[in-house]
Amino acid sequence: MTQFSDTRLAEVRQIIDRYPEGKQKSALIPVLHMAQEDFSGWLSPETMDYVASLLQLEPIEVYEVATFYSMFNTQPVGSHVFEVCHTGPCMLRGSDDIISYIKGKLGIGVGETTADGLFTLKTVECLGACGYAPMMQLGKHYREHLTPEKVDAIIEECRQSVA
Amino acid sequence: MGRKLLLEKAHIPGIRSYEVYRREGGYASVEKALRMAPADVVEEVKKSGLRGRGGAGFPTGMKWSFLAKPEGVPRYLVCNADESEPGTFKDRYLMEFIPHLLIEGLIAASWALGSNRTYIYIRGEYAWIVDILEQAIVEANANGWLGKNILGTGFDCQIYVQRGAGAYICGEETALIESLEGKRGNPRIKPPFPAVKGLWDCPTVVNNVETLAAVVPILNIGGEEYAKIGVGRSTGTKLISACGNINKPGVYEIDMNISVEEFIYSDEYCGGIAHGKRLKACIPGGSSVPILPANLLLKTAKGETRMMHYEGLADGGFATGSMMGSGGFIVLDEDQCIVRHTLTLARFYRHESCGQCSPCREGTGWMEKILNKIEYGKGQLSDIDLLWDIQRKIEGNTICPLGDAAAWPVAAAIRHFRDEFEWHVNNPELSQQRNFGLAHYAEALTTV
Ligand SMILES: Cc1cc2nc3c(=O)[nH]c(=O)nc-3n(C[C@H](O)[C@H](O)[C@H](O)COP(=O)(O)O)c2cc1C
Ligand code: SF4
Ligand code: FES
Repeated sequence: MTQFSDTRLAEVRQIIDRYPEGKQKSALIPVLHMAQEDFSGWLSPETMDYVASLLQLEPIEVYEVATFYSMFNTQPVGSHVFEVCHTGPCMLRGSDDIISYIKGKLGIGVGETTADGLFTLKTVECLGACGYAPMMQLGKHYREHLTPEKVDAIIEECRQSVA
Repeated sequence: MGRKLLLEKAHIPGIRSYEVYRREGGYASVEKALRMAPADVVEEVKKSGLRGRGGAGFPTGMKWSFLAKPEGVPRYLVCNADESEPGTFKDRYLMEFIPHLLIEGLIAASWALGSNRTYIYIRGEYAWIVDILEQAIVEANANGWLGKNILGTGFDCQIYVQRGAGAYICGEETALIESLEGKRGNPRIKPPFPAVKGLWDCPTVVNNVETLAAVVPILNIGGEEYAKIGVGRSTGTKLISACGNINKPGVYEIDMNISVEEFIYSDEYCGGIAHGKRLKACIPGGSSVPILPANLLLKTAKGETRMMHYEGLADGGFATGSMMGSGGFIVLDEDQCIVRHTLTLARFYRHESCGQCSPCREGTGWMEKILNKIEYGKGQLSDIDLLWDIQRKIEGNTICPLGDAAAWPVAAAIRHFRDEFEWHVNNPELSQQRNFGLAHYAEALTTV
């Protein structure tokens, strides 16, 4: 069942309170972030319909927003999503090599998920960490100054956290 | 040592907390501002000569004085923390290490503009910084700097943090407003400008994080004093985020009175080119501004020392100069391939185009495809002219400046490095190698 917990519903109400009366559509992006966190890391049509009903919006208003922003996944993803930056400044400091290394290590291509459903590899555009390249986003945090050794350690850490 | 106004205290242990920040003199500018008439605060910012730090360099005081003030209609201040221009990571640094500086500037600016609800629109990926800012806001509320009747003036103000969700275009101010209203980030046609019709159709000012933080030292030392720092119309200090092939990537605060050469080679800043290599090229103001070969970067076309300020970086126009832009300083060493680097930027703009205007939507896609062909040894000489032609047809023909921003890097790369594009076409089997042995290098300098 797609349904926020009571604490999360209270959070939604708090978010709506940030805007003037009648402007609760502004809560859409924050609430989609919450939904993606709570419901398996992606926004299924069912999840989007639920958010629409919660904010009293037409489902299409939710779909068009969910598909515009790159952080929203409209397809299922693995438990750990490696989002590696490949824009110019990161490329200058070896992001191509790091991406190849991760591909080899996980045995998947960009945009793919490992068969065990643990890892998804994505390439993303500049994340505002160019001085600390190469880098990736993993959940809420950035992993910077990546090396093959660091990547190994991150993969191990992810495996442990699931076990 | 240059003068520091924003980051001077950023490294004091515990400065992220209200207690330490206040002990170090924090929030004095709010006490000062709230004793002044709002119009006088605007006047002070005008006197400072502060120019917007988000990229366009528009005078902040002037922008504030354009804000419409119809009776009975709320006005909004929105802080642009979308920071997504490749090469740029200065706002992140400021918010992460000294968040109260931004909150303090926002309160003073909200008073000046009459904004009772002020929003910080932050790029969605900076998720952990949202927590840092919200903590600072909670502390500011608890200590009476936010909320109802601040300092007994009758002024109510609240600050809210709104997360984006991954879209460079939402840094463009009208796209940002659309996004804040819960929609796709499609830029609006201007006019009307946000100063008249912005957030929820109310008068709105959108300013960059660094711009709003700079209001604090301006009020503390006075606009006139602030204007004495720097040179000419480049007043005050500027945050530069330096990256690429340098020894010390990072965020530096400069007073705009040093040379580009000093910035790159001095140990106080970038510390020279990494691994003792030679400097090949640099994009001095974020991915959207023209790339310059080393010879034109260190000296202007007239042979004068190029300075790190708005006018200095722009000297020579697009023919032989570049721009200050967002302060994202990207350095390329002698081993880097201009075609490949330009390809990543073209891909970036194709990915980030909102798709509303055909020249931008189609043109960015074509540019990426053609660059891809050239980079992978499948290009023809006529492709270089085609690329030039496409970028010219995008520039100036779109709703928002993203179209120009996509065109300029390609134009500048061809303008200054055409030989390298030709080399790729003529040497397809070698096109994946990175060292082209071409002209324009600067000899490695010992640090100055
Ligand atoms: C495509 C595009 C992206 C932009 N991204 C940003 C950004 O991330 N941060 C920012 O402050 N300004 C950005 N701007 C500039 C804003 O539109 C606006 O000019 C700026 O926020 C005004 O603030 P300022 O006057 O303090 O510089 C962008 C502009 C364009 C066209
Ligand atoms: S120029 Fe590009 S990003 Fe800007 S409105 Fe047009 S299509 Fe959208
Ligand atoms: S280019 Fe990778 S974080 Fe900016």
